[in-house]
Amino acid sequence: MKTTNLDYISANPMLSEVQEAMIGAIRKNYGNPSSSHQLGDEAAESLQHARESVANLINSKSPEEVVFTSSGTESINHAIKGVALAGAKTGKHIVTSNIEHNAVLKTLRRLMKMGCRVTSISVDEYGQVNPADVAKAITDKTILVTIMHGNNEVGTIQPIKEIAQICRDKGILFHCDAVASVGVVPIDVQDLGVDLLSFSANQFNGPSGIGGLYIRRGVSLWPLLDGGAQENGRRAGTENLIGIIGTGVAADLALREMGSRVIHVKKLKDRLISGLEDTIEDIIINGHPERSLPNLVSVSVKYIEGESIVLMLDEENITVSTRSACASGALRASHVLLSVGRDYSDAQGTLVITFGKETTETDIDLFLNVLKGVVETLRNISPLYKKG
Amino acid sequence: MYSKVVMDHFKSPRNVGEMKEADGIGEVGNPVCGDMMNIYIKVEDDRIKEINFQTFGCGAAIAVSSMLTEMAKGKTLEEAKKITNKSVAEALEGLPKNKLHCSNLGADALQLAIKDYEDRKAGKVRAPSKEEDKHEHIDGEHCKCPYCEGDVDADLEFCSHCGREIENSH
Repeated sequence: MKTTNLDYISANPMLSEVQEAMIGAIRKNYGNPSSSHQLGDEAAESLQHARESVANLINSKSPEEVVFTSSGTESINHAIKGVALAGAKTGKHIVTSNIEHNAVLKTLRRLMKMGCRVTSISVDEYGQVNPADVAKAITDKTILVTIMHGNNEVGTIQPIKEIAQICRDKGILFHCDAVASVGVVPIDVQDLGVDLLSFSANQFNGPSGIGGLYIRRGVSLWPLLDGGAQENGRRAGTENLIGIIGTGVAADLALREMGSRVIHVKKLKDRLISGLEDTIEDIIINGHPERSLPNLVSVSVKYIEGESIVLMLDEENITVSTRSACASGALRASHVLLSVGRDYSDAQGTLVITFGKETTETDIDLFLNVLKGVVETLRNISPLYKKG
Repeated sequence: MYSKVVMDHFKSPRNVGEMKEADGIGEVGNPVCGDMMNIYIKVEDDRIKEINFQTFGCGAAIAVSSMLTEMAKGKTLEEAKKITNKSVAEALEGLPKNKLHCSNLGADALQLAIKDYEDRKAGKVRAPSKEEDKHEHIDGEHCKCPYCEGDVDADLEFCSHCGREIENSH
């Protein structure tokens, strides 16, 4: 039976053009891009070509500002730890927000154990950071501000341009975790004015295992990996060329189809939200009503728990994601949902529904129809649910 | 992740729903931990004649509740008192280790329901509300590390077995 995938954020399906390019690259048996013979030259050309595609997608001035990594997580670690290590002599204070991804939070927690100080800014009920709060949090010891673009749990998009301007005015580096946004909505690093920006190929239908870090020319940070001179000395280690070639093709497609993809997913999002509001009582749609990712809906279903919803939907071959403590393995409710004001039980019953280019209105309608029955079944079991 | 028996009880839970005029009620858990369980019993001639449950929680928590009601139904109170969280997990052909402590609360709720019945019978005034669950570790139980499934100490922010960082809700 066909699986209805509404969990794109966990794993975007690779588009057929991406698959073909990668299979072609495997068959070609490329050499090592660092070698000075013909086989190596060919590989270096393909690598450069992919770098240009990705640079175009985020509109960086030069392809050399793009560093390929193993994941969005590595990019984030590289940006934050790299700046902290390079700037350790001038200051040890970093500003962030309460709703960052664990890749940011845990990296910062690690740095705190090494003597860094961190100020974390609260968000409003929609999950938005107020840029004025960032300005207030910055001290003469601040070396970095790191705030995400689109939130992966509630979808809210932060006022990055304003925040970047504040940092620029004060001469402080700004990193933006744009993993959930790059390839989904237009991202222009020059227009945003960021110094560092992290992203992941899988979020725009490229392969898993490839991330990217934009490093504006002139920004100095330490590498995470030392060794050879790959990636212009920013990241040592032989490149995952096959994955990078797939990423280049995915970036080309994402850029070319950006307009139509945004319109397509936005239409599905509107259909899904109004369908949820029409069919299921006592739900909360999380995130900002306008300034949010068009491919993500976050919904808290009251009185029931997320993992059991996901399991029951899975029995009907529908995949979605949940932020419940049980399913996340973190033994704790999502810090993002608590930050936007959900209580523990509502946070436990939160689903994150994500979709993309290949999702249809029929998929959304099927999901709504099945979810209605699942919610009814689980609410009938729940001690928190009082009928009438 | 779950055994066939767990999935069967999760998909078709037995003995569901609130019971009007129950002889005894047991409530455990809270939403901070992620699971809440209510057990209702009707007792005749010292035997559990009817038993129902209501559960807010993950697949394991629902399966545990359902299995527990099947195990307790028809048993004398003395027999039912011997049901433990461990025996429920065994009847389910096992649970993932990190669910054993957090979601396996069924027998606790049953014992509270039996105590409630006995207290009422003895004419004791019922406690006004259940004690707030403090996520206690009893009988040497521990939370499990989500990575290596080793026992996690209550006051550590990392697993002492594999060294990885964990969110600690204690």
